[in-house]
Amino acid sequence: MGIIKTEDLTYNYIRLDEDDKIREVNEAVKDVNIDIRQGEFVAVLGHNGSGKSTLAKHMNALLLPSEGTVWIDGRDSKDGDALLAIRQTAGMVFQNPDNQIVASVVEEDVGFGPENMGVPTEEIWKRVDSCLEAVGMSAYRSSSPNRLSGGQKQRVAIAGVMAMEPKCIVLDEPTAMLDPGGRREVLRTVRELNEKKGITIILITHYMEEVIHADRIYVMDQGQVAMEGTPEEIFSQVEKLKELRLDVPQVTELAHELRKKGVPLSPCILDEKQFVKEILEARAR
Amino acid sequence: MGQYYPVQSPVHKLDPRTKLFGTLVLIVALFVADNLFCYLLAAAAVFGIIAVSKVPVKHILKGLKPVIFLLLFSVIFNLFLTDGRVLVQFWIFRITWEGIVRSVLMAVRLIFLVMGTSLLTFTTTPNQLTDGLEKGLRFLKVVRVPVHEFAMMMSIALRFIPILVEETDRIMKAQTARGADFESGGLIRKAKALIPLLVPLFISAFRRASDLAMAMEARCYHGGDGRTKMKPLRYRTADRAAYGLMFLFLAADVALRILL
Amino acid sequence: MAIRLEHVEYKYSEGTPMETEALHDVSLEIRDGEFIGLIGHTGSGKSTLIQHLNGLMRATGGDILYNGESIYREGFSMKELRRHVGLVFQYPEYQLFETDVFSDVCFGPKNQGLSEEEIRARAKEALELVGMGEEYYKRSPFELSGGQKRRAAIAGVLAMKPEVLILDEPTAGLDPRGRDEILGQIARLHKEQGITVILVSHSMEDVASYVDRILVMDHGRLRFDDTPRRVFAHCRELEKIGLAAPRVTYIAHALAEAGFPMKTDVITVAEAEEAILCTLAAEQGK
Repeated sequence: MGIIKTEDLTYNYIRLDEDDKIREVNEAVKDVNIDIRQGEFVAVLGHNGSGKSTLAKHMNALLLPSEGTVWIDGRDSKDGDALLAIRQTAGMVFQNPDNQIVASVVEEDVGFGPENMGVPTEEIWKRVDSCLEAVGMSAYRSSSPNRLSGGQKQRVAIAGVMAMEPKCIVLDEPTAMLDPGGRREVLRTVRELNEKKGITIILITHYMEEVIHADRIYVMDQGQVAMEGTPEEIFSQVEKLKELRLDVPQVTELAHELRKKGVPLSPCILDEKQFVKEILEARAR
Repeated sequence: MGQYYPVQSPVHKLDPRTKLFGTLVLIVALFVADNLFCYLLAAAAVFGIIAVSKVPVKHILKGLKPVIFLLLFSVIFNLFLTDGRVLVQFWIFRITWEGIVRSVLMAVRLIFLVMGTSLLTFTTTPNQLTDGLEKGLRFLKVVRVPVHEFAMMMSIALRFIPILVEETDRIMKAQTARGADFESGGLIRKAKALIPLLVPLFISAFRRASDLAMAMEARCYHGGDGRTKMKPLRYRTADRAAYGLMFLFLAADVALRILL
Repeated sequence: MAIRLEHVEYKYSEGTPMETEALHDVSLEIRDGEFIGLIGHTGSGKSTLIQHLNGLMRATGGDILYNGESIYREGFSMKELRRHVGLVFQYPEYQLFETDVFSDVCFGPKNQGLSEEEIRARAKEALELVGMGEEYYKRSPFELSGGQKRRAAIAGVLAMKPEVLILDEPTAGLDPRGRDEILGQIARLHKEQGITVILVSHSMEDVASYVDRILVMDHGRLRFDDTPRRVFAHCRELEKIGLAAPRVTYIAHALAEAGFPMKTDVITVAEAEEAILCTLAAEQGK
């Protein structure tokens, strides 16, 4: 079993009217089966309202399944006694950088998780030092979060999660509110954590450029997993992605269009260098 | 109350609990005081602390501005309404010797009170203050006062107030761009004009609150039980010395009152 | 209906040690019917600039002329200016406040003091322009999806019948389809209603395929003011100020450098495709 596994996960949002009668049942997630191995970099793609955020909140027991089961490192998320252990195993970074920073000083915010876990003071300081270092924010440790850019705030939030020493970090659209510079910063940080520290990463996003380096991609639509595979497998299906309100990187789209016109190129090109190479080969032929 | 004045001084370095207690001592001393010597002692204490704190006296006097009205009111009130030996009399007003003494003492008392408390906020960050209150009032937990929760609320409020202020400005601009007018009109019209500002502001604040609650939960927050501190409060030698001085000061104050 | 900026300058906390310059000597003219993209990284001064255009911020130096008349002239009505120059902020949440979409869109025209009938007609027209049918009229604006909220917010400004529509990052946070839908809608507004549009964006790819003129801001200065093709030809300089040309432009450059003879001033996927096919065809013909 992987670090995060779901079995027939279904979640219903129930809306009640004034008399507490059920007005509407909305299946936000339906029959989802995923299995994520330790150390993987997995991306979950999907348009707004496809259920990807609801799925993410199940990975940290913020939501509990209406039907089916979620296991986090072998623990059933419905097991109330395991709650703190689950949240410690699977950390979570949210979309809005402001709304997840608790303290008014950067270093104190990074220490917030360990404080909650009851980690001894000296150990907290050690963790805060090393986590701020890992996200490249040591120079700002005594700053107020309000003085930071969006990308820097997200890096602080990531450090705050890392300080809990999780095996896995779930990032729920961490770049949706950032500018391109901030997006690059956050993504670089996340990839480094995966490569250097071996932390499992689950990145939820709708920016295609962010997922081309993932090991595996799940594409969500209407609460279900619509596609699953490596980036090459997913991005070779340009038309299907567009049907799902998504997009492909420009180089992939260009290659796809040229191939349709009969230029002999591989079915899925994600890398610009490879594209140049293949065009030159096509020309030589 | 004044904003934190960032310099390094022995007063800044004191434990916030020490400073909170010290402020309390000053307040008590000022109410105990009833003769000139008591006030001289209090003046020596207040100005002594100011000197050590490295906060410029001018800066502290500026903090008196908001209470000037209150000060004048209490002076006038005491000046005219105290019975005693009449010095001056015109129409229905009369000024008595006792009135003058009492209003001067009242003013001094108020000024020292404000100076003392603003000295607390000048030398202590809001976060330290919250920490100090949390730990200093921990005994109230026995009577079921949720001290930790109040402290957490206070520190979150401190973090989000600047964000909400900025947001208010943006919403105001967005509505002004749609022709909203927040300035002209009578009171009722002005109050009504605030609706397009307050609704988005409240919705945003609620959204932030629910996001934050979720983020805190995700980081294992579960109240104050079993929580450790990254920056625990610890009394140092300087704090012990400060407590000693405070008791000496209070004892002297009481002695001066009883003996003189 | 032109807006002209003459040496506009804006300083925060002028005359104090905290003084910072947010706009430095900006001169430009916005002509009738243009579709302009305004780009720059965060803090480059683009937000400050657009807030000057409808008088929400007041320049500390220079002058802004609306139809040849200074907006800082005594007696000039800023309220009137804001009716002609509509500004939609980045987050629709900043302006939606009524209980239903229709009433919310009515807010702008109501502030103009129009008749009840005229207000309703304006709101209806504006909602139609952004593609929101009657089924949305009675819905709460807070229950809409991100893309629909943006439409409602844009309608709220359109209902004032502005001649110039400024949109601050209207696609932030939307998924790719939502982004294309909003941009398509804006392009239609520009084409069919003849509204002058200023689109503030971070995405070079978006700007490249829609606008006919680009303004690039950097450190409070106007760095470029030209057609997209000519601006993106400066991709090295753009990178230095934290921006970039669209990816396809880089691909074309990479191909040309590798000895593939094609024109490099392509800025959209379709253009790149055409250029590559053109080269391939020419060589096959030989």
